[in-house]
Amino acid sequence: MTHPRSLQNDTPHGPAFPAIPLLPRAGAGLKPEHIDAILCGTDPVGFFEIHAENYMGKGGSPHAALAAVRARFPLSVHGVGLSIGSASPLDAAHLSRLKAVVDRYEPVLVSEHLAWSTHDDTYYNDLLPVPYTREVLDCVVEHIDTVQMTLGRQMLLENPSTYVAFEQSTMSELEFITEVAKRTGCGLLLDINNVFVSSANHNFSPETYLDRFPLALVREIHLAGHAEETDDEGARLLIDAHDRPVAGAVWALFERVIEATGPLPTLIEWDNDVPGWDVLKSEAMAADRILAHHIASTLLGRRHA
Amino acid sequence: MPEWHAISNDFSSALLDPARPVPVGLKGPSPFKVDKRFSVYRNNITLSLIGALEANFPAVRRLVGEEFFSAMAKVFVRAHPPGSRLLCEYSSDFPAFLAGFEPLARYPYMADVARIERLWLDAYHEADAEPLNGAVLGALDPETLFAARFIPHPATRLFRSPFAAVSIMSANRTGADTSVIDPSMPEFAMLTRPRLAVDIRHISSSTFDFLDALIGASPLGEAVERALAGDPDFDVSTNLRGVLAAGAFTAIK
Repeated sequence: MTHPRSLQNDTPHGPAFPAIPLLPRAGAGLKPEHIDAILCGTDPVGFFEIHAENYMGKGGSPHAALAAVRARFPLSVHGVGLSIGSASPLDAAHLSRLKAVVDRYEPVLVSEHLAWSTHDDTYYNDLLPVPYTREVLDCVVEHIDTVQMTLGRQMLLENPSTYVAFEQSTMSELEFITEVAKRTGCGLLLDINNVFVSSANHNFSPETYLDRFPLALVREIHLAGHAEETDDEGARLLIDAHDRPVAGAVWALFERVIEATGPLPTLIEWDNDVPGWDVLKSEAMAADRILAHHIASTLLGRRHA
Repeated sequence: MPEWHAISNDFSSALLDPARPVPVGLKGPSPFKVDKRFSVYRNNITLSLIGALEANFPAVRRLVGEEFFSAMAKVFVRAHPPGSRLLCEYSSDFPAFLAGFEPLARYPYMADVARIERLWLDAYHEADAEPLNGAVLGALDPETLFAARFIPHPATRLFRSPFAAVSIMSANRTGADTSVIDPSMPEFAMLTRPRLAVDIRHISSSTFDFLDALIGASPLGEAVERALAGDPDFDVSTNLRGVLAAGAFTAIK
């Protein structure tokens, strides 16, 4: 009797981790302070997502913890430092660090942002906005082509949350994202909180934006909490703070999207003022209930068809 | 210059310099003032980098107080923004900045406390490696042993200070009583990370010389001579056993 799986594991370059399928369930951003609770428990979390840059050190505790989580859960690798929107070429050293994380942990999803964070060798540690022009479109397409070629797989591009827009823009964000996806073959990560934040900040309808979004290309959804301030004109200014529960309006938009797309892997992001694991988990379970409801109705629909 | 490069030049140079005007060409929903909108980016960057420094230098922060640290970090962040996209690498020049930071002139040990906190972080993220099992040395004849060179563990670091920076750092990280520390006592330390936890131990100046020679690829015999030059009573076997047990080396050649 042959055991192809164990044989494969015996080869020096065989997979280090089990291939755990990604289901259209809710996941959570992985925080070091939650690792013990996650590994002790048997919580039915669909997947965990890491910021790739937090695992670009050479070794030690971060890698030991991630390896233990990855052995039990599907993993999504979310880059925050590639600066895909930069006018300059991608940083080859950073891209190879990203490839090392992806090769080491065999994630089910790899994503990055429609944003820039580095300019002339200074790293600004924020996701900065791009003007929607032909010139930037060509840059972004070239950069995504390079990423996908280097990693040997599809990446997902996330729609941004923005606080300012550029007078130089010649097309809408939707046209820009749709065109990037069409030219590169990348998938999309739809951050519904980002849509809500940007819609309030630039005074457009989030429903209309979502109805026109190329939903067929969406492979993952992000949900997060935002803060509310006012701008110089006294207008509402929402901040993509990731420091609190998902807002009611964002949950409503999530239901609207899932209604249209069917269930998709959905991540709760909570990066600042991180609560205990129970609080983050209960947010994920709230998303999971919405997804489960739609799994049920999809199955029911099939039976009736 | 392509338009996007020029726009991002303007945008980025205003990010860390609040004296610069908000770049032209930016707009909100109404075409009026966008200062507060642009300042969201300024705040995100400054606060997140201050947060990274707070995480990297907890003992310095406890020593100077949260408010002082945050104000000082803001000055540093604006003058020394990160060149690396890895925040765990950010702040290698923070100790030197503290050494020249005028309001800290009365606390000459502060830069060294920051320096050992930075070494701690480097050791924490270093590559994994199996420490050398000291038992293998027992099988060697003395001549071979004294000719052997030791390969340092990737996480091994040496530290020395004209101040009690190691004790000050440790006490401020654990919240222990610092009143018993005489800041003017010179200290030497070795940092290792045999598995996941970083270990910092005080060492003597002769052990420092011994380790410094071994890490610099001198054969054991030469390292012993250097240690004996500083301390005629240097005990080779106790020291060797101690540093091997701490996981300072991975192999001999």
